[in-house]
Amino acid sequence: MKKVIVIGNGMVGYKFCEKLVDHPLADQFEVVVFGEESRPAYDRVHLSEYFSLDSADKLLLAPRNWYAENNITLRTGEMITSIDAETKRVFTHKHDYFEYDYLILATGSSCFVPNIKGVDKPGVFIYRTIEDLDAIKGYAQKLKHEGKFKASVLGGGLLGLEAANAAKELGLQTDVIEFAPRLMPRQLDKAASDMLQSKIESLGMNIHLGKNSQEIIGEEGVEKIQFTDDSYLDTDMLIISAGIRPRDELAVKCGLKTGERGGVYVNNKMQTSDPAIYAIGEVALYNNGIYGLVAPGYEMAGVAVDQITGGEKLMSPSIDMSTQLKLVGTEVASFGDPFIENEEITAIVYENKQRGVYKRINITKNGSQLLGGIMVGDSSDYNTLFQLYINAMKLPENPEDLILGSRGGESKSALGSVLDLPDTAQICSCEAVSKGTICDSITSGACCSFSDVVKQTKASSSCGGCKPMVTDLVTATLKSMGQEVKETICEHFEYSRQEMYDLVKLHSIMDFDEALDRHGKGHGCETCKPVLASIFASIYMETANRQAPIQDSNDRFLANIQRNGTYSVVPRVPGGEITPDKLMVLGQVAKKYDLYTKITGGQRIDLFGAQLHELPMIWKELIDAGFESGHAYGKSLRTVKSCVGSTWCRYGLHDSVSFAIRIEERYKGLRSPHKLKGGVSGCIRECAEARGKDFGVIAVEGGWNLFVCGNGGATPKHAVLLAEKLDDETCIKYLDRFLVYYIRTAAPLQRTAPWLDKLEGGIEYLKKVVVEDSLGIAEELEAEMDELVQRYACEWKEAIEDPQMMKRFKPFVNSDETDESLVFVPMRDQKMPRPW
Amino acid sequence: MEELLKNYQSVAEQQAIHWIKVGQTEDFPENAGACVKYNSKQIAVYHFTRTNSWYACQNLCPHKMEMVLSRGMIGDFQGIPKVACPLHKKTFSLEDGSNLNGEEYSIATYPVRIQEGNVYIGFAD
Repeated sequence: MKKVIVIGNGMVGYKFCEKLVDHPLADQFEVVVFGEESRPAYDRVHLSEYFSLDSADKLLLAPRNWYAENNITLRTGEMITSIDAETKRVFTHKHDYFEYDYLILATGSSCFVPNIKGVDKPGVFIYRTIEDLDAIKGYAQKLKHEGKFKASVLGGGLLGLEAANAAKELGLQTDVIEFAPRLMPRQLDKAASDMLQSKIESLGMNIHLGKNSQEIIGEEGVEKIQFTDDSYLDTDMLIISAGIRPRDELAVKCGLKTGERGGVYVNNKMQTSDPAIYAIGEVALYNNGIYGLVAPGYEMAGVAVDQITGGEKLMSPSIDMSTQLKLVGTEVASFGDPFIENEEITAIVYENKQRGVYKRINITKNGSQLLGGIMVGDSSDYNTLFQLYINAMKLPENPEDLILGSRGGESKSALGSVLDLPDTAQICSCEAVSKGTICDSITSGACCSFSDVVKQTKASSSCGGCKPMVTDLVTATLKSMGQEVKETICEHFEYSRQEMYDLVKLHSIMDFDEALDRHGKGHGCETCKPVLASIFASIYMETANRQAPIQDSNDRFLANIQRNGTYSVVPRVPGGEITPDKLMVLGQVAKKYDLYTKITGGQRIDLFGAQLHELPMIWKELIDAGFESGHAYGKSLRTVKSCVGSTWCRYGLHDSVSFAIRIEERYKGLRSPHKLKGGVSGCIRECAEARGKDFGVIAVEGGWNLFVCGNGGATPKHAVLLAEKLDDETCIKYLDRFLVYYIRTAAPLQRTAPWLDKLEGGIEYLKKVVVEDSLGIAEELEAEMDELVQRYACEWKEAIEDPQMMKRFKPFVNSDETDESLVFVPMRDQKMPRPW
Repeated sequence: MEELLKNYQSVAEQQAIHWIKVGQTEDFPENAGACVKYNSKQIAVYHFTRTNSWYACQNLCPHKMEMVLSRGMIGDFQGIPKVACPLHKKTFSLEDGSNLNGEEYSIATYPVRIQEGNVYIGFAD
């Protein structure tokens, strides 16, 4: 049994453990890992996502019990304070000692803090660990209570921009300060930096380049940063993320050879000057360099594992620093030598300021080889270009096609098929997985899906940048073996949504059990049940009451569940038009049941905090006053938003409110693959924001312009023009066709915009189907919609009139009590759930 | 919050001392859950009609400590009966309460017996 001690439980330290565990000789090693942070190793690459995750656990590379299950002793929150290389012992801060045969230094790096006056003031933070992020978040909240919102980030490199994104996510007005005259000076040239700068500034951040910080000024906290050129920047907090320093203090103390500017010297076996001690990751000084990317760190971990298990693997002589990532929502990539340009080498540059895209490739004068490049704003070609570069492959006749796309004719990838790559081509550079390894895992029969391949080869398990390529390889390899690849709903139904839609319709399948019996297996699950529920609803216009148990839980109770398990109630207010009398009813009901009241983005009124048993009582009163369900809980038509239009507005061309009401009344209750929103604007000023909806109608001289497939949300998309200058009837006819076509063919939970993206032929094809009726199905689509419209029923009215259905809303089967465990706290003049 | 969790400990069939009648089979929805109350406990009860099997677990979702699991969708994961929390779709095995998303927290499960059309749940306290 050999004793291995790993100091450091970061990404590279973890990778070392993972690789050792997978080694056939793993049981000859006893491994103890020391981590100074309280958590097991987590994904630092995606650290800025921490604020949008509900738990830090999602960032863990492996849960804590993984270590024990693999016979690794993990000691977190424990620091090694010294190494005695003579006796082969390490000492902890608790003065315990542990003996080793092999010692692995994976101590990583710390944040480089420049020596600026005032850097120790409260309000100055570094950006490196989850604890740092928690501290930043806590301080930001404190600032916001004081009405302060300004944060600055020192560092405009990769890490600095990540930190800036995190600050922005916290809702702070963020400025970035960079010493160099451009952003990401190691990866980008000036033009690329300019493009990135204008993209980032368009999101409301300010960038200050070529600024040398002299002093951080402030009485109690940070107030401003003084630069050496006498200018200054007002700010309420400063986050430093301006580079890394290797954590080599243990190595220095025990006399290992280290570099002048830090880092533990290693040879190509990852051995330090003491042959029993290895260094890997950001602490290792290899070929006179420190490498702050995961890919070289992982390769080092692999080499170290191979060496101590008696192998002969050596580190690659040159380290590839290519990188592709998303910074502040902008795609950025840099590969090979991004800057090289001389007599033998030409740069080809494409710049589109309107779209915010910059691409540069550096090729040999004879056009035969690609040596490096840069991409900002659109890095979709990165994988192809990187493969051409790393495999020194021959370039196409017109190398400019690589970044411009081939113009005219069929668009074809410069690589041809992914299967044309050499087997040695490295597809996943984080995990060093070659094309051969991926294809073999499938042809050998070990894997038959993307997720199998990820599990088996680890490809795409780290940064995920190669995911599209791995997916393509899996699909192409399976296809070459004569296997069909398709997107199935889940483990219970081996069909796509469209196929299930067709099967249900063709065989007149009436309920979920019948669908399972005929085409599925098992009990179903929370994925397939709502999909089938949506299909039944779209084909038979059945309400969520008929098969309540297969509805997504909100549909089952016909309301939206909120934080504390209470519900919100949203009655339909077509077109946003409401009489004072009805408005008063909403107020009275809200008051009677003590509901929190808020106006929604869809011109309706949301009443929050209703308990399950109160829902029918509330709805009884609303229905008596003439309200109907607003279907806010369903994947169905929500609202058709309108501006006030020509009846009142002095600019209005047509009566947008009346048309919005007509459209909303027509499609109310319509179930679809995802929620549906509409809008009608009375003129091109577009006050109803109709182009941000799944369908938008805008008044123009001579009729309505119809736009489709837009949305707000996380990936906003403007709807695109489907047809112009329509009269009311034609507009409705086209909408009928469009909606039924979408409902028939979309994937589960696919909104109209991504559906159109995937639709072969795009908007031009959609125009042919909807406007020109190229498939000859227009009449069928309209008839289907007519039928659905005729069968509409308010499902809340149905529910409160049927005692059997009402049982659903009883909190306890065996008691008439209500749930008294609910706690609300006051907020402004209303209430809210007790926070989590 | 932790106190709430302590109120729920899994009970194996043979450990059950008290079998509490919580209703008749037709009081419970088919292929879905409903909640019952026993002293200070809220227990979710599920009826899988395809195999005519019954399961019970705590109504408290250990993720955010809310009384909601009885309102979750049920189904199976590779044959293991499970419930998905209606708040964030965390899924738990109804056989042993284990977390099927690979996270650390899990739930307590209770044995269910059906006798002469009545539903009984077994408790150890």
